[in-house]
Amino acid sequence: MSTLWIARDYSSCSGCKRCELACSIKHEGWMWPEASRIRIFMPFPGCEVPHLCSQCMTYPCVSSCPVQALSIDATTKAVIVDRSKCISCGKCINACPGKVPFLHPGDNKATICDLCGGDPECVKVCTEAGYNALTAVYERPSVNRILFSRNPIEVAKDLAVLFFGEKGEKVI
Amino acid sequence: MPGGYAGKYLDIDLSKNKIKEITFEDKILQQYFGGRGLATKILWDRLGKKWREIDPLGPENLFLALTGPMTGIYPGGRIMCSGKSPLSNGTVGSTASTEFAVELRMAGYDGVIVSGKSDEPVYILVTDEGGEILPAKNIWGKIGEETIITLNKEVGAILSKKKPNIGLWKEPGSIYIGPAGENMVRTAAVMTKLCHACGYGGYGAVMGSKNLKSIVAKGRGMIPKVDAPESVKLLWKEVHKGLINRGSFRRQGTGYGGYATGANSSSEPVRNWQEEWHDEKQFGGPYFETRFWVKKKWADFNCTVNCMKVSCIKSGKWKGDITDLPDYELQAYCGTNLGIFDPADNIHISTVIDNLGHSGINGPNSMAFAAELYQRGILKESDFGFKPIWGDAEAMDKLAWLIAKREKIGDVLAEGTYRAAIKISEIKNIDFEELVKYAVTVKGIEVGAHGTRSGLDYTKDISYAASVQGGDHTSTVSDGFTDMSGAPFSDSAVFCNFCGSSVSIQFDFAKAVTGFPISLEGWRKETGPRIVTLQRILLLLGGPDIIWEPLKDDDNPPRFYEPLPSGPKKGMKTDKQVVESRMQTYFQTLGWDNKGIPTRDTLKKLDLSDAETLMKKLRE
Repeated sequence: MSTLWIARDYSSCSGCKRCELACSIKHEGWMWPEASRIRIFMPFPGCEVPHLCSQCMTYPCVSSCPVQALSIDATTKAVIVDRSKCISCGKCINACPGKVPFLHPGDNKATICDLCGGDPECVKVCTEAGYNALTAVYERPSVNRILFSRNPIEVAKDLAVLFFGEKGEKVI
Repeated sequence: MPGGYAGKYLDIDLSKNKIKEITFEDKILQQYFGGRGLATKILWDRLGKKWREIDPLGPENLFLALTGPMTGIYPGGRIMCSGKSPLSNGTVGSTASTEFAVELRMAGYDGVIVSGKSDEPVYILVTDEGGEILPAKNIWGKIGEETIITLNKEVGAILSKKKPNIGLWKEPGSIYIGPAGENMVRTAAVMTKLCHACGYGGYGAVMGSKNLKSIVAKGRGMIPKVDAPESVKLLWKEVHKGLINRGSFRRQGTGYGGYATGANSSSEPVRNWQEEWHDEKQFGGPYFETRFWVKKKWADFNCTVNCMKVSCIKSGKWKGDITDLPDYELQAYCGTNLGIFDPADNIHISTVIDNLGHSGINGPNSMAFAAELYQRGILKESDFGFKPIWGDAEAMDKLAWLIAKREKIGDVLAEGTYRAAIKISEIKNIDFEELVKYAVTVKGIEVGAHGTRSGLDYTKDISYAASVQGGDHTSTVSDGFTDMSGAPFSDSAVFCNFCGSSVSIQFDFAKAVTGFPISLEGWRKETGPRIVTLQRILLLLGGPDIIWEPLKDDDNPPRFYEPLPSGPKKGMKTDKQVVESRMQTYFQTLGWDNKGIPTRDTLKKLDLSDAETLMKKLRE
């Protein structure tokens, strides 16, 4: 069955971080980049990496949770955090190959993209600006998704070489 | 507390190694807003009475890095740096786009005020827990690129240690100086993000004078709350819609200006402003774009204009150079004004300049000044150790290093173009009036790359001559009324000039953010004039090495009165009579007397009566 997935084209990210603002306005009511479920890393200027949950088919975060605070949404297949159950142990962060989850700067609970229930705000602003670093696609789950769950610094190192050639090997 | 402010400022004394948190009364915030306005007020309150004696590069001066209530909320988040300028001896509100500004606010601070001087090189780290002064020995002497790499790693490790369990920390934001700032080159910039600069004013030198290599910030809090959040969210969407519609500017940035400004408006400096016209098509935007732009849509925080493009040279002798476009100013100052018309050479010089932490306008202005003096036989090969020939990128690269390290004639040029003219006149025993003809500066500040002679650019007769920020092309004068809601406003609210929307939306935005009874009219008649008048007061006080003479120094560089020697606008020049008459109109609009000294009534009206005693002395 096809479900929503946020396709990401790292090299097209402008680094404007409007996705972080749109996400936090939706989830927190106000601009709070550190609480945004999508996070733009920039370990070297020009090498911006959108970092968000890629809904791996195996959901290692969900199975790592000792208190069953994480579940998979039946419709969107996004990971849903039950904040009343979460004990802030950080096991989901370590289980994630890309270390995507983080503890919220406000309530210290695990925080993961919920695809805005099927209509993600980050995609809207990225599309509106014509960057298309993020695109909403409807696809069947794929083993490839887990490959997008990757440490953003490692992704940035690749981007540095893509952009800067040999010099890129040295900047991050 | 009004909306839009984190509410606290860090007040750091590097001599005493002391850090405290301070606040400002609502009245002060309403009168001066933030950024440039508030900086001027802080400088006046703390240093005003003894302004003339304060050495801008001494420990008494302040280095200010301030945000404003709209920073990070309104599109195009910037930081504003200020202090007593080692170039103008007055003040400049010098801004650059950077996440540093937003990180500072998310850490709970609207700004950092630095006084004193550290014994050893240090950097300041600002987090939610406050400020820390940390050793910077390992980064002192490093160029920009290496500074960023080292700081991101080092601070990343410190942050992870502070809170090891929260997951990955995003990198911090930072401002820093390069070798030019460390060696107190008066034109040095405060750098950020490799190629962004608070360029005007020489605040990189002020940081250097304090042994302050960098300020780094990382906050986890929200961006400060505003007075009317629902209105702000709507306005935020509305402004972005407008910005996204800017077709050619979003595609080209200012990177198509290097050809067009010369060819089309005859206002681009060529070989130290000896000409302002050229028709060098290979220096055009598409030649940069096709071969060097590796990222064509690069934006800063909360910006959809993306006028930045990342450039990289991947082959040839400058392989590995990374910078932005270059933007128009650096295409001109690191290109045409040095006689360079090759995109790769231009990118190379821009990269060198950024890495050394020179201001890309001001530093290369001094380089071109020196190259013209060499052309005229006033300076010799022995002064340099090489021949600074127009168009020779290798020689210009060496010259940039010479200035940054203050070696040979570089030590003189490091004083900025105007002061270099004074020193060279002494060394070479030449009349100063003869030498200053080649110095393209206004009140010590090198002029931006937009000439006034052809009359075709946005800069005209009194644009620089009347400005309290001298040659600064980002805050020019057209009249004494509408200007007040331009740069004095955006530099105080602290957002990028290139993210401007209609003035009415900007002021609705400001009102919704702060809750102040703020209006366009109010900024034009009161708040703007208050800030600019206070800047004028400090500029007139000046000192200790140079005190500007009202009217005589309220003028364009001599070169702007020489006829253009080439191009379709050949023969045109700036009209001195127009300058003189419009200057008087400008003074009158602002309530200054015929020498540009604020009158007693004006000071009273603007709540600046505490300056009356000093201004009275000037009037006599």
